[in-house]
Amino acid sequence: MVIDAKDLDSRTLNARLRETQEPCTLVGCCGQRFLAAGMSDKEIRIEGIPGNALGAYLNGASITVCADAQDAVGDTMNAGEIIVHGSIGDTAGYAMRGGKIFVKGNAGYRAGIHMKAYQEKLPVMVIGGTAGSFLGEYQAGGVIAVLGLGAENRKIVGFFPCTGMHGGKMFLRGTCRDIVFPSQVTARPAGSSDMEELRVYVSEYCDLFGCNADRILSSPFTVVTPDSKNPYKQMYAAN
Amino acid sequence: MKKEGQVRIPSGCAIAAVISRDGNRMSGERIYHAMKPMHDRSNGLGGGFAGYGIYPEYKDFYALHMFFDCRETRKECEAFLKERFEIVKSERIPTRTIPAITDEPIIWRYFVAPLKSLLVSMQIDEKEFVARTVMKVNAELDGAYVFSSGKNMGTFKAVGFPEDVGVFYKLEEYEGYSWTAHGRYPTNTPGWWGGAHPFTLLDWSVVHNGEISSYDANRRFIEMFGYKCSLQTDTEVITYIMDYLLRIQGLSLGEAASVVAAPFWSTIAAKTDLEDKEKHIFLRTVFPSLLVTGPFSIVLGFDGGLMALNDRLKLRSMVVGEKDDRVFIASEEASIRVMEPDAEHIWAPAGGEPVIVKVKDGAF
Repeated sequence: MVIDAKDLDSRTLNARLRETQEPCTLVGCCGQRFLAAGMSDKEIRIEGIPGNALGAYLNGASITVCADAQDAVGDTMNAGEIIVHGSIGDTAGYAMRGGKIFVKGNAGYRAGIHMKAYQEKLPVMVIGGTAGSFLGEYQAGGVIAVLGLGAENRKIVGFFPCTGMHGGKMFLRGTCRDIVFPSQVTARPAGSSDMEELRVYVSEYCDLFGCNADRILSSPFTVVTPDSKNPYKQMYAAN
Repeated sequence: MKKEGQVRIPSGCAIAAVISRDGNRMSGERIYHAMKPMHDRSNGLGGGFAGYGIYPEYKDFYALHMFFDCRETRKECEAFLKERFEIVKSERIPTRTIPAITDEPIIWRYFVAPLKSLLVSMQIDEKEFVARTVMKVNAELDGAYVFSSGKNMGTFKAVGFPEDVGVFYKLEEYEGYSWTAHGRYPTNTPGWWGGAHPFTLLDWSVVHNGEISSYDANRRFIEMFGYKCSLQTDTEVITYIMDYLLRIQGLSLGEAASVVAAPFWSTIAAKTDLEDKEKHIFLRTVFPSLLVTGPFSIVLGFDGGLMALNDRLKLRSMVVGEKDDRVFIASEEASIRVMEPDAEHIWAPAGGEPVIVKVKDGAF
C-alpha cells in the first residue's frame, strides 16, 4: 500500500500507518516527526526525508528509509529494525535497548548515546561510514560497529568517543591509533572470537546494502569495552 | 503584557538560510515555505527573516526598520532621527492583514544617511554612528525599537509562526541574494515582536537555535564596549559579540568562530599545525569572556555572505546542502528539500566548524 505523505502531518500519517496491516510505502515524506513511533508488526518503507525521532519506542516494526534520516532515529527503541540507505543525523539510537539500526552512510554526533541492554535484549547499531564526536557517550550496553567505508585517510570517529561508557561493546575498523579514548575504557585489537561476533553484524549490513563482508572483515578492527561494569561503585565509598 | 527584559521564563527553534554564490536574486517566498516542515520546532511566539540585496534602489542608505507602540512615539522618534540623519524616504512597511498575526505595532522603515557634520564633530565613522544611534533608541526611547539597521538588507519579524510572518510581510515581493529565517520557541523570555529573530546590528543578522549558558558572562564583557543588551535574550548578545569581533577588532569570520566556539584546550593541545595551534591559544587567551557555551546553531548574515556555526559540542542540529550556485543551511534536511528537492552534498558540519559562504566579488 502506498501513502502519499505530501501535505499530511505527523499525527495523520501515523494514524494511517496504524490502520493498515499490509506493508506500506510512504512517498513524498518531508520532515514528519515520530513516524512509526511505538509500532510493532509493521513493514514500512519511506521515500523522502522522515522527520526527527523516526521509530521512537519502536517495538518490532521494520522501517526502511531510502534516503537520509534526521535526528534521534530509534530513540528508546525496544525491538525491530531501522535501515537507512543514506546518512543519519545526531543521536541515532538514543537510549535504545533492543532491535537493530543499520546506516549505510555516516552518522552525526552522539550515535548510540546511552544505548543499553536488558536480559535477552541486545541492541545493535552498524554505521557503514564514519561517526561524529561523542560516539557511544554513556553507552551502557549493546553493540556499536563503525565500518569507516569510504573514509580513506580521514578519522572514522570524531572527538571524545566512549565518554562515560560503562557497558556494551564497540567495534571500530582500523587500528585507531589516531583516536583518543577516555581512561575508563580499554581499546584492543579484535581477536578471533570478536571477529566471529562482528561477522554476524557485518554480513547483515552487506546483505542489506550489497557489499563484500570478507573484504571489510579482512582489515584489522579495534574493540572498545569499559574497564568496569560499575564505574561509579567507589565514587563515594567502597560498598 | 510584560516585554522582553522585564521577565525571564526558564529552547527549541528552527533556522534556515539560502544564498546564491553568483548573487542571483531570489524571492523571499521559498524561504518561508522552507520553515513549514519544521513547524513543530516553533510555538508561534516568534518568526522572522533577513534578506540581503533587497533594496538595490537605496543601497547607499541605511535601512532602519522600526516598531513603534503609538503614533506619538513615532513622531518623537522621527524628530530625534532628523537631528542625526538625512532621511531620504520614510514609509510604513507593507503588510497583509491575516488572522494568524495580530496585535501588530506600528511598523515603519526609513532610508537614511548620517549627517556628515556630526560624523566630523564626533570623530567616528558612519557605522559606529549608526550603531550608537540604534543602541540609544533601543535603550532610551520608550516604545520605539530599531530591529534592522543595515544597508541593502532588511529584517522582518513578528510574533507568530514563521510561515505566517512571511505572508504577513509579503516577502514574495522582495528579492535578495541571500535569506535567513527563524522560527522561535522562546524559553527564557515571553515573546514580543522585538524579541523575535533575526537580531541585527548594521548589516549583521543572527538567527539562533539554542540556549546559551554563558549569557551573563558574555553580556558583562560586551557591555563594557558600549553595547546595551536590552532584551535579555541570548541571540542579542551573540549579535553584538559578532559586531565587536568582526567590525571593531577586525577578526576574520573563521577567527570569530574560533572565539565563540573555541575548541577544548585538549583539542588545541593535540593540534599538529603549530601556527593554527598558536592562533587558537591566542584567541582563547585574549577573548575568554566571549566563549559562548551551551547549545547553539546560528546563521550569521552579513553584506555579501553567510556563516553557519554550531556550538563546539554540537548540541543542536544543522545541515548544509548545495545546488548549482546556491547553498542551503537548515536545522533539518527536510527544510532544505523544500527549498531544493534535488539539493546535493548534504552534510552536517562538526561542532565549532564554521561554514562560510560568500557571494563572488562584485556579483551583487
